[in-house]
Amino acid sequence: MESILNIRNVSKIYQSAGRELTVLDNINFSITAGSTVAITGPSGSGKTTLLGLCAGLDRASSGTVELNGIALEKLNEDERAAIRNQYVGFIFQNFQLLPTLTALENVMVPLELRGAKNIRAHALELLDKVGLADRSHHYPVQLSGGEQQRVSLARAFSNQPAILFADEPTGNLDAETSEKVIKLLFDLNKDAGTTLIIVTHDLELAARTARSIKIKGGVIISDENPTYA
Amino acid sequence: MPNSLPKQSIKFSWLFKMAWRDSRKNRARLLLFISSIVLGIAALVAVYSFKDNLQKDIDAQAKELTGADLVLDSRKGVSKAMQKMLDTLGDERSQEKTFASMIYFQKGGGSRLVQMKALEGNYPYYGAIESIPLAAAKHFQSGRNALVDQTLMLQFNAKVGDSVKIGDLNFNILGTLTKAPGQTGIGASIAPTVYIPLKTLDKTNLIKTGSRINNKFYFRYNDPSKIDEWVKKQDSKLEKEGFDADTVESRKEQTGRSFKDVNRFLALSGFIALLLGCVGVGSAIHVYIQEKLSAIATLRCLGLKSRHAFLIYLIQVFFIGLIAAVLGAALGTGIQFLLPLVLKDFLPVEITMQVSWPAVGQGLLLGLIISILFALPSLLSVRRISPLNAIRISFEKATGKRDPLTWLVYLLMAVFITAFTHLQMKTWIQTLAFTASIAIAFVLLIILSKLLMFLVRKLLPNSSSYLWRQGFANLYRPNNQTLMLTVSIGLSTAFICTLFFVQGILMSRVTLSSGANQPNMVMFDIQNTQKEGLDSLTKAFKLPLMNRVPVITMRIEEINGKKASADTNNRRAYRNEIRATYQDTLTAAEKITAGKWTGKIKPNETVYISLDQRYAQQIHVELNDKILFNVQGMMIPTVVGSLREVNWSRMQTNFRVVFPAGVLEEAPQFHVLMTRVPSGEVSARFQGEVVQKFPNVSVIDLDLVLKLLDELLSKIGFVIQFMAGFSMVTGWIVLISSVLTSKNQRIKESILLRTMGASRKQILAINAIEYFFLGAFAAGAGLILAISGSWALAKFTFDAAFVPPFVPTLLLFASIVLLVVITGVLSTRSILNQPPLKILRTES
Ligand SMILES: Nc1ncnc2c1ncn2[C@@H]1O[C@H](COP(=O)(O)OP(=O)(O)OP(=O)(O)O)[C@@H](O)[C@H]1O
Ligand SMILES: [Mg+2]
Repeated sequence: MESILNIRNVSKIYQSAGRELTVLDNINFSITAGSTVAITGPSGSGKTTLLGLCAGLDRASSGTVELNGIALEKLNEDERAAIRNQYVGFIFQNFQLLPTLTALENVMVPLELRGAKNIRAHALELLDKVGLADRSHHYPVQLSGGEQQRVSLARAFSNQPAILFADEPTGNLDAETSEKVIKLLFDLNKDAGTTLIIVTHDLELAARTARSIKIKGGVIISDENPTYA
Repeated sequence: MPNSLPKQSIKFSWLFKMAWRDSRKNRARLLLFISSIVLGIAALVAVYSFKDNLQKDIDAQAKELTGADLVLDSRKGVSKAMQKMLDTLGDERSQEKTFASMIYFQKGGGSRLVQMKALEGNYPYYGAIESIPLAAAKHFQSGRNALVDQTLMLQFNAKVGDSVKIGDLNFNILGTLTKAPGQTGIGASIAPTVYIPLKTLDKTNLIKTGSRINNKFYFRYNDPSKIDEWVKKQDSKLEKEGFDADTVESRKEQTGRSFKDVNRFLALSGFIALLLGCVGVGSAIHVYIQEKLSAIATLRCLGLKSRHAFLIYLIQVFFIGLIAAVLGAALGTGIQFLLPLVLKDFLPVEITMQVSWPAVGQGLLLGLIISILFALPSLLSVRRISPLNAIRISFEKATGKRDPLTWLVYLLMAVFITAFTHLQMKTWIQTLAFTASIAIAFVLLIILSKLLMFLVRKLLPNSSSYLWRQGFANLYRPNNQTLMLTVSIGLSTAFICTLFFVQGILMSRVTLSSGANQPNMVMFDIQNTQKEGLDSLTKAFKLPLMNRVPVITMRIEEINGKKASADTNNRRAYRNEIRATYQDTLTAAEKITAGKWTGKIKPNETVYISLDQRYAQQIHVELNDKILFNVQGMMIPTVVGSLREVNWSRMQTNFRVVFPAGVLEEAPQFHVLMTRVPSGEVSARFQGEVVQKFPNVSVIDLDLVLKLLDELLSKIGFVIQFMAGFSMVTGWIVLISSVLTSKNQRIKESILLRTMGASRKQILAINAIEYFFLGAFAAGAGLILAISGSWALAKFTFDAAFVPPFVPTLLLFASIVLLVVITGVLSTRSILNQPPLKILRTES
């Protein structure tokens, strides 16, 4: 199978107060298109940092990140934005819905950015899938946390991304709501055949992915069920 | 699988849509931010409209202002050749002699120095001399009649039909003069006019040696189209004869020009209000963008390009700025109707107010440019907001080094301010002085506010009570607005106080000269033969003879052998009539700064004269230069022997040119005498007696002059305060908007404090303390700027000492602080009154 994400010798070093802080140290892995992966590890181990690099939100200090066959470090910020819009979906721990947009408009934004057609119908369909069709004209403040995260799921899938990144998608939700959101996430993923990368503390969630990468202190300490050689 | 770079095509219309959506729920707040510039724009639009309308009205009424197609006037006598020419000009002619003279009201016994106009002919040919009754202005020339200005009629309680004595003649008051052509309200009250027929003038015996008479000749033409051309052709001849020519055209220009300074002042005060508003806009947009950080980062995650993110906010600012500009222009168009009321005493024409579209256009453009320009530094930072901010709980600061574009924007701001100032100013020096002082004030206030934050942080005693500590801490917490508020409150305080102080300096300069031992009455035009008589009359009233000097009028004929025609760069030196004196000793107000003072010379010795040093500079003359004076036909060669510094603010006669004794004793001359009258009652009696016995002697009652000046200054002061008001209110709006800007932060804090058990009273106290110190510090900083600025102005421009008036200054300071505290606390209360739960939800 073809790999959609290739991480080669990636390090991230922060300069803080004149000292160098190595947050990621020579990370290597490759992810097959369509697979589901969990990245776990203790707080401060560098999970979010890694996710940011994979999604092209940030640049590595050294090494290469190849997304969908395109080397990200050669691109400028605007080109990476185009990549994100075309191939990448995001789910955030704190939902990050745009507060001045209605649920429907939030779902529409990635499509609008892409200049797609029939946006509205498609977005409504997705909202229906997450069970919020009747709340489409509500603003984020009018929705509960779980509802907001469901809207953000709809948004993440709206542009039919090749790869979807989720950073602690259930971190701000109670157990019951978490369960619902996770089910929804995996259902949608199955339908769309998207590659899914989840950063999480939640072991239950991690257990549902095909592959699990553990990092600690900026290095990979275990990589179970690796689907590459 | 595609692995080429995707093409993304964002439609411009989508950016507008997104800008519209993004501004939801913030529009009222955005409008409040931008409202800080509304008043500034309004002020400028009002001033521009007023200027436009004034020029239009001057153009339309210039004929009435001039009253004739051509006016020739001269302060010198009229030569035979000139008289011949005057007799042939125009299709209709009038003549007027204008001079200062005393008028004596027979019934009440009052007397006063007035502007006498002896008129012959049908002038004015356009417009009218307005009088009550109306017919009086037409018929007064038929006999010994006078038209007396209404202020005089009021002052002396006179009625039409009363008799006045002017010189040796009695006149019948035929009517009350309500408006002479071209006269302003202020002009009429400072130098009230009295019209008499020219043919009666000789018999008044008022025209004596040294009388300063302005000869005016008015001409009406059946075909006035060629007059300007004629004037141009005759220019050198007229100049040689000492004549000035005035046509309807030149009067238009001249009147417009004399209002340029006023308009300049008005426009600059408006501009200062606008600049203050800009500070507010800049900082409000900064806070707005800060709050949008997370939303922008999310959009960037979703694939929005930085350029487009920038455009979304630029569009918002553009439209809000447009709305502010429209509001400002509309308000300004309304306010312009107030300006003629404010300025009515200074206007020579009747103002017909109408909407001036060029002014409105200028206002709109200015509003847009200014709101965008001052929002740009924050807007540019949008480009640098990293999508990483969406996944990091703690937001990263925008990356390290400054955006070079930001520097470009700062440069643009400086260019814009300088360019705009230059449009209002005459010279680059003035422009730079104005911009530099604004820049210095800005920088000083910024430094002071940093100092305040530093000091509060360093010196805050740990032992002080919690309320105080928290109140102080608010001044330097992250995202504080100490800097912005210090600048805007400080700058408006500085501006208003400076205007107030300058007004005070002007007043004190005037009142200083009326001190207890200073003369307060001046008599001039005293003839040689009247000298003794007037002295003894003064003594009979037990009044002191304080300063009696001879005055001789003369002109410069040659400087170092050069005549006027050969010395083209220095024409004024030859043109103006000079009033000189001779004395054997220096007075207390004079000091020799160069050369040697010569007090007395013998016949045939070199005549060493002494010049006022500023005057010497003006006419480009130095020590030992030779000047040939023409003393009414007699040539007197002199050498500049010394230069003097003259303290002009001392109340006494001062002269530019002083001769030694022994030269001019026999020249035609008149005398000036000063005295001090103890009371208004003595003054009136003495004046009455002087006018009766020496009708040609003019008496100036300085107390009256001071009263008039006082009136004039308070009228000017009113105009100044009116304009300063714009800055004041703008400063206040900036304050309100910045308090509301920080509302979100304050809400969180107050909820936190309340959950920790703080009472509402305590929270209010914390805020009151914060605003008290902020207000006190900002107003204090502004005051310091104002005091140092006024001191510099006093020293270098007005040549006066400056001591800030203690009580009014303190009151001003206290009211500004109070205003800040009240505004701050009131807006905090609205936060406290909201239920915490509602706030938590809107906070997410
Ligand atoms: N801008 C930065 N400058 C310096 N250090 C940073 C910066 N960003 C992150 N770090 C450090 O990098 C390390 C890894 O951070 P990261 O957010 O990736 O951890 P994480 O595994 O996501 O932790 P958590 O599970 O708590 O979210 C932390 O020690 C953090 O302090
Ligand atoms: Mg993390």
